Amino acid sequence: MQKASKTPVKRYGFRHDLRRSLRRNWALYLLVIPGLLYFILFLYWPMYGVIIAFKDFSPNKGILGSPWATYRGTVDIFKHFKNFFTSIHFYRTLRNTVQISLYTLAVGFPIPLILAILMNELQNQRFKQIVQTVTYLPHFISTIVLCGMLWIFMRSDTGLFNILRGKLGLPSISFLNDGRYFKSIYVWSGVWQNAGWGTIIYMATLSSLDTQMYEAAMIDGASRLQTVWYITLPCLLPTAIMLLILDCGSFMSVGFEKVFALQTDLTLEASDVISTLVYRKGILETSYSFSSAVGLFNSLINCFLLVTVNFISRKAANISLF
Amino acid sequence: MQDVTRKAAGHSNRIRATRSDRIFDTVNILIMVAILIIIIYPLWFVIIASFSNSQLVTTGKVLILPKEFHLQAYRKVFSDNRIMTGYRNTIFYTFAGTFLNVIFTLSLAYPLSRKDFMGRNLIMGIMSVTMFFGGGLIPTYLVYKQLGIVNTFWVMILPGLISVYNCILMRTFIQGLPYDLQEAAMIDGCGNIGILIKVVLPLCKPIIAVMVIYYGVAHWNSYFNALVYLSKKELKPLALILREILVTNTTTASEMESAGGAESQMEMQRIAESIKYSVIIVSTFPMLCLYPFVQKYFAKGVMLGAIKG
Repeated sequence: MQKASKTPVKRYGFRHDLRRSLRRNWALYLLVIPGLLYFILFLYWPMYGVIIAFKDFSPNKGILGSPWATYRGTVDIFKHFKNFFTSIHFYRTLRNTVQISLYTLAVGFPIPLILAILMNELQNQRFKQIVQTVTYLPHFISTIVLCGMLWIFMRSDTGLFNILRGKLGLPSISFLNDGRYFKSIYVWSGVWQNAGWGTIIYMATLSSLDTQMYEAAMIDGASRLQTVWYITLPCLLPTAIMLLILDCGSFMSVGFEKVFALQTDLTLEASDVISTLVYRKGILETSYSFSSAVGLFNSLINCFLLVTVNFISRKAANISLF
Repeated sequence: MQDVTRKAAGHSNRIRATRSDRIFDTVNILIMVAILIIIIYPLWFVIIASFSNSQLVTTGKVLILPKEFHLQAYRKVFSDNRIMTGYRNTIFYTFAGTFLNVIFTLSLAYPLSRKDFMGRNLIMGIMSVTMFFGGGLIPTYLVYKQLGIVNTFWVMILPGLISVYNCILMRTFIQGLPYDLQEAAMIDGCGNIGILIKVVLPLCKPIIAVMVIYYGVAHWNSYFNALVYLSKKELKPLALILREILVTNTTTASEMESAGGAESQMEMQRIAESIKYSVIIVSTFPMLCLYPFVQKYFAKGVMLGAIKG
């Protein structure tokens, strides 16, 4: 059918094509309907709901019925945004989000690359297999279990970390109640969980390389370190750059689940990010409009970042998402 | 791969590993062993702690092997109603959710894979927008409320029914299948639905396996939706119960019971500690059992995604 539509001598108009497509492929259109319905009901309808960010929403009046946001009697639809920008939350959440993202990028990006190179250099295939299997494993542990383990291990006095510190003669620290440690715990536990998983894509790239390059280098007397530096690394670079670009695209979206499960009231100064603020304000304190405004602000930044990063990467490296 | 080279070289004139190469290998192996220990030890510790006397655990006497082996904590976990209900709920959400995920994703991905399906670009556009922009938590909450799914099991299944990313993966996979087969079926008079079920579906087994794992693991681990939209105790999934036990330290029902009994405060606390370890094991066990079987599919999924990117 694909070929048939290309062969006709006479070119038909758009309407004719559409009619024919509808007639022949009515079943396909039927198949698409439930999916489309899902997108409209669950994803587009809430998008229209963001207008409550510009209103003083009250649950009794509904989304359309609620009045526009007013400040001292005059309509000021940006009231909630202004409130957010002038509150202590603005600087704090923005700073934490950026810091956590940068930290994650700086640590989480190079480690899988290095790990993959080292794994690739293992001569014993069985050992290599074991290393791969074990390093992938933590990826399957759920966020909540990981955080639970951190809570148990990080407890002052009785946690594993403090027991080990005690054995070295160091004082006990209540890691998760001290904001200074929050970001490191967040980032390094992420490395523990996902570094192995991140090597898969590199390992696959490496397994498709031409072994002749290595043979030639060895015959020329290159040491192993030299083959890593001059062959393996350059071969992995395009993949690495692509992954870096993808990481940059999700720069401002620090996941809610892990931050929320690790933060306490004591560490909010260091651990509060936009998504946790949205949850606290919206669901727990029911400031619907304010929370929506914060969420909308975050969405807009994310959207802007993605489009920008995509644009740059398309121009610079000819890699793009859309 | 380098191994192969070495072997090939070994036949005739073997290139001997130089001193620096041997040092490199040794250091590399040492680093790997260190990494293995860092990854395995915390997991091993949870396992031995769940079987040990928790007093010994908290004082640092249990580090390598379990001490005073017992199964009391597991008995408590399996007799705890809250945990078992959560377990049942999670299993139900995971199976029902994944089943619907796969069906809906396939039924959307197949038409999108067909070049003669007009309007596919429009639909792709509609889908892609949702990857970049969303309504946010509160508007979504209000809509779910209006749809009447808050505090019902549907809220654990319907949101996230189709992941745009997975759908694109699936579409790309189907496009990679030889189209001749579908054409042949068409000539034989098979309708579109028939082609999907009899021709495309059997060829899609590998990608369906990937989808089942992706969606399944996500369902098993998710707790955000439950946290926001579920407050009924009997609907809570295991992840939320885990959060209560591990993170917010809410005492379990069985502990309350034992508080009324003769058991001392210390004893109660000790069991509460053991329960934490054993509940981690019990909740992670199914995933770890599946892990060896699904490992290859997971890698396949990552690679498919990379090709798309």
